[in-house]
Amino acid sequence: MSHADDTTPLLKTPLHAAHAALGAKLVPFAGYDMPVQYPTGILTEHNWTRESAGLFDVSHMGQASLIGPDHATTAKALEALIPADMLNLKPGQQRYSQLLAEDGGILDDLMVARPSDPTKDGVLLLVVNAACKTDDYAHIAARLPAGVTLEIHEDRALIALQGPKAVDVMARHAPGAADMAFMTVLVTTYDGIPISISRSGYTGEDGYEISVADGDAETLWNKLLAEPEVKPIGLGARDSLRLEAGLCLYGHDIDTTTSPVEGALVWSIQKRRREEGGFPGAARIQRELKDGPARVRVGLTFEGRAPAREGAEIATKDGTIVGRITSGGFGPTLGAPMALGYVPTALSAPGTKVDVIVRGKPLPATIATTPFVPQRYVRKTATKGA
Amino acid sequence: MTIRYSKDHEYVRLEGDVATVGISHYAQEQLGDVVFVELPAVGKIVEQGGEAAVVESVKAASEVYAPVSGEVVEVNSELEATPATVNEDAEGKGWFLKLKLASQDEFNALMSEADYKAYLESL
Repeated sequence: MSHADDTTPLLKTPLHAAHAALGAKLVPFAGYDMPVQYPTGILTEHNWTRESAGLFDVSHMGQASLIGPDHATTAKALEALIPADMLNLKPGQQRYSQLLAEDGGILDDLMVARPSDPTKDGVLLLVVNAACKTDDYAHIAARLPAGVTLEIHEDRALIALQGPKAVDVMARHAPGAADMAFMTVLVTTYDGIPISISRSGYTGEDGYEISVADGDAETLWNKLLAEPEVKPIGLGARDSLRLEAGLCLYGHDIDTTTSPVEGALVWSIQKRRREEGGFPGAARIQRELKDGPARVRVGLTFEGRAPAREGAEIATKDGTIVGRITSGGFGPTLGAPMALGYVPTALSAPGTKVDVIVRGKPLPATIATTPFVPQRYVRKTATKGA
Repeated sequence: MTIRYSKDHEYVRLEGDVATVGISHYAQEQLGDVVFVELPAVGKIVEQGGEAAVVESVKAASEVYAPVSGEVVEVNSELEATPATVNEDAEGKGWFLKLKLASQDEFNALMSEADYKAYLESL
């Protein structure tokens, strides 16, 4: 991971002035000056996203394309770096995966999509984390076969519209958006502005991530905000929303020391790849799949109201320290504290009672299944090749 | 009734020798939505600058330091069920604890309301 040090000027997204005008509290995040909250505050923003539609600037994230002569060539090039099945990714389909180190540790997590447009055969669209993007691009570019290139889209913004009413907004302005299935992509327009969208997100709600040219970003942002269902949401609520949805935050819940099996991300490794391997760290990952990992990421719920934060130790009831919290906080929708952390596999069964040490005191906690709040992704099968 | 403020944004409201302690309106704004308050046991002796309570917002946990020394004589246990009161009325119903003041000098040395206002403008 590359972090800007204190002397590096903060980068600004194309929406920086729009955030300032809305009265956002701006904080340094992954080298960017980003809105952590708007004047209404994190709780209100969180609840608004769960009830209506929240608008997030996630332009700090990295957008890039892998470009090869045909789908199979590009898919194989990426399969050498990630454990997801890319060969069988259908046109218009999107998948979550991880960029792996040789030892099976996670360098970053990412979204990969195959464009639905047949003239884009051989292209895969990547969205990676802001804090990792420079290293990711170098890692990927150094490992591509001849004929496959990485093109970084520095000139594009990314806006997420998340919540149960996101579809109503998009249905009025973006042709085809309402018919999309979960985890599919589409090139369309919003009131005539060219956009490239996915039906996915990081809140556990139905919604969209909208890629738009930098020059159109503020116009699109303001058009979306003018809709009655839509309010701006900062990174603070983005974190409480994703944690309630049980979604990992890279650099916290998963990192170079955790494998996808330890990170409870086995669902993102399709059967063919589990069997065939052929990705970095395959030997370790296949061994962990067969024998079980030594430790695994779990959810934790608490009896009291005190939140346990990242770094808090997890102990057995007899006081033995067995793991630690990697993300924790208060879930506004859950109405209670929640956390993610690692424990030995033997202690990972839901219902297992443990203690989490907060300010020197054991807080009674229970290993829980995630998501903490049910995910409400759209359940629709792609009918028109998305 | 006299009110004083610390540089850590706690307030003390003195009535007789009982000091009511909480966090300032500015502090609650900075913290954001309060979701949990941990209060000390009645009878605990706290030293000026020592940890008296913990307040957790959606964002983070923060210590509340005792702006004056004294013995805890009462805590606002209603905050355990309704921590958002700290946001709604920080310097009123959102008080944390009451101390039997140990030193009038400690209290006098804190910032007056006007001094605190000037201090906030300097931040």
